[in-house]
Amino acid sequence: MNFAVLQFPASNCDQDALHVVKNVLGQSARFVWHKENSLAGFDAVIIPGGFSYGDYLRTGAIARFSPIMQAVQTFAAQGGPVLGICNGFQILCEAGLLPGALIRNRSLQFRCEHVFIKTATNDGPFSNRIPEGGLLRIPIAHGEGCYFADEATLDQLEANRQVLWRYATATGEATDQSNPNGSMRNIAGISNEARNVAGLMPHPERASEPLLGGSDGRLIFESLISWLQARVAKVA
Amino acid sequence: MDGLVHPTSFRSTDMKAKIIVTPKKAVLDPQGKTVANALEQMGYQGIGAVHVGKYLEIELPSGDAETWRKKLDEACHKILSNPVIEDYRVEIE
Repeated sequence: MNFAVLQFPASNCDQDALHVVKNVLGQSARFVWHKENSLAGFDAVIIPGGFSYGDYLRTGAIARFSPIMQAVQTFAAQGGPVLGICNGFQILCEAGLLPGALIRNRSLQFRCEHVFIKTATNDGPFSNRIPEGGLLRIPIAHGEGCYFADEATLDQLEANRQVLWRYATATGEATDQSNPNGSMRNIAGISNEARNVAGLMPHPERASEPLLGGSDGRLIFESLISWLQARVAKVA
Repeated sequence: MDGLVHPTSFRSTDMKAKIIVTPKKAVLDPQGKTVANALEQMGYQGIGAVHVGKYLEIELPSGDAETWRKKLDEACHKILSNPVIEDYRVEIE
């Protein structure tokens, strides 16, 4: 499969994302600079973490107007899978491709630590290799990761099973104490209604090799690859 | 020409837009809460909730204020604020 890893000024998890997809999982991948305006030939798009445009105005607010984001809109509208990690999640919310917004952590602190996230659904491209309720131990590193949406939107997310992961304890309980940033309903990651666009604050690309202290994050990328392979098989 | 007016060509009689962006009341505002706590601790008793927002000043060439207000309203909706979490107010003087 062919992956695009987007690069904005001040993306800083782009190398890690490309490394995992290419060297750990053996897929083809290349960086796509934000000034480019086509995603032709790619099977999946990863919007990596970082501080695009210095987080000026709001996180992700300026990046969403980069030329490549128009191509992402088209790619997503055609059903192509798009995964936003950390700043990528923030950009997807600002772009309106995902509902809600990510605001300043409840603690006002930048949180950089390993957390547990519980898989709420394994329906769709990003979690199909993880059992429902499955726990992943993945690091977070953000100052603006508190997921916010109004109650009606949150209810809709739950009803459509668009919540993919929630912050939880090591035993899988989504408690307030296990919530590192104050996210509503402990939400760590969601998808759009069509399920092909997803975002999460934790960094699966930093947890895809045992050498880095854990490889739970790899399951998210493997889910995406399985989903793409199944899609090709269906067409063939 | 790029259609932009160079800032140095502005005269003192030109207009200015003031844009105030604040977090929506329903949105958790830990920054505002922390500032309120600090004020209380410093002895400023009896203050209510504090909301920390953003203030933008935009220099405008002279022209029709209503036309600018409409344009800036659109800009606020598109980029200067995020309607999911923020309210805004445009003042032109």
